[in-house]
Amino acid sequence: MLDSIERVRAGEPRAVARAISAVERGGADARATIGALYRFTGKAFIIGVTGAPGAGKSTLVNALAKFFRRRGARVGILTVDPTSPFTGGALLGDRFRMQDLSGDAGVFIRSMATRGALGGLASATFEAIHVLDAAGFEIVMIETVGAGQSEVDIAKHAHTTIVVEAPGMGDDIQANKAGILEIADVLVVNKADREEANATAAVLEMNLNLKPRIENEWRAPVLKAIALKEQGIAEIVAAAEQHREYLRAHNLLPARERARWRAELENILQKQLLARALNGKPLDAWVEKIAAREMDVYQAADAVMEE
Amino acid sequence: MSARPIRVLIAKPGLDGHDRGAKVVARALRDAGMEVIYTGIRQTPEMIVDAALQEDVDVIGLSILSGAHMDLFPRIVELAKQKGMDDVLFVCGGIIPDEDIPTLKQMGFTGAFGPGASTQELAKFIQAQIAQKRARVQA
Repeated sequence: MLDSIERVRAGEPRAVARAISAVERGGADARATIGALYRFTGKAFIIGVTGAPGAGKSTLVNALAKFFRRRGARVGILTVDPTSPFTGGALLGDRFRMQDLSGDAGVFIRSMATRGALGGLASATFEAIHVLDAAGFEIVMIETVGAGQSEVDIAKHAHTTIVVEAPGMGDDIQANKAGILEIADVLVVNKADREEANATAAVLEMNLNLKPRIENEWRAPVLKAIALKEQGIAEIVAAAEQHREYLRAHNLLPARERARWRAELENILQKQLLARALNGKPLDAWVEKIAAREMDVYQAADAVMEE
Repeated sequence: MSARPIRVLIAKPGLDGHDRGAKVVARALRDAGMEVIYTGIRQTPEMIVDAALQEDVDVIGLSILSGAHMDLFPRIVELAKQKGMDDVLFVCGGIIPDEDIPTLKQMGFTGAFGPGASTQELAKFIQAQIAQKRARVQA
């Protein structure tokens, strides 16, 4: 164990990969791994990339990673795709769009399946971020599942959240809804060579302008990019770094960190309390009682807790 | 703590660009409850082994149609061993002549699934092999 922790800290791919598998398994393995690595975390710049399926998240992450690599930073990437609720299987296809990064020892990519977690991340994404952070990756990028409107967990974990939109995704009512646009620290209109790109950017700008101005509050810039041709990438990195600088200058990092720890603590407590409440027992009998209208869900939940 | 889903890397080494079969297999294994990482066409042995290492997969599935399997497959097995992946299961498919199969088996390929093979059979084969490996590790 100690030996493997040293190898994780040295960034050895096999050790890092195994450590991520350990935190994915949960239980004692996760505890031991996080327990040994946690004190080495806190150095990475954590960037979240989210947006609708097909908006270009993977392609953008690929382009951003290449940009950071040219500067010499080591880049760790976690990409999340959904687990089928029916079979438990998953097709993890983000890596496919990051082939440019293949063979570069300064890049580590891990595909994660959600394994039942909602919110746009995998159930062990938190812990996997720690592993990459402790392994010395200066940049850690997390690509969420193709997000709809409420997969906003990424904002709790990332220092800076980039929301990617493709042209023609919706009208101004869509843009005014609560959810994913609200968590954007940087907004990117990708595929900007398409006709509707300017209109989409204008709708996003207008939406931002409707928000009451609060003094010293960060306003997400709306940037146009063509990720596939690596156009607009330097501007996105500059905006992300300005955002990070803003967080530092206004001393907002401690608050973000604490929000992150609170979310993580709640997440782990939920898992542990659920495990304790169930104690390995199946819920089938309760489900049957609910289906037979003998009990409602609240009564069943109370009964499970009391059992 | 339940066993983790079987993780599989599906890759196409070499230069042929026809990946319909690899995609069908990827989808079938997903439907069999596995986590399948598809890396695409024109992969070098180094790219495949690096990806398998980072993804910590249980299985590497290689699909090839070009006829270069006897050159590329040994290189991939060798590299994987060099990098410490001594417990990974190798399977292959595509156009593999029958006379090459004994040699491939010696190299470490546990199964070869060519045209006409059933994807369900493939899934069952992988599940059985991994169950055996996991039982051995626990014993």
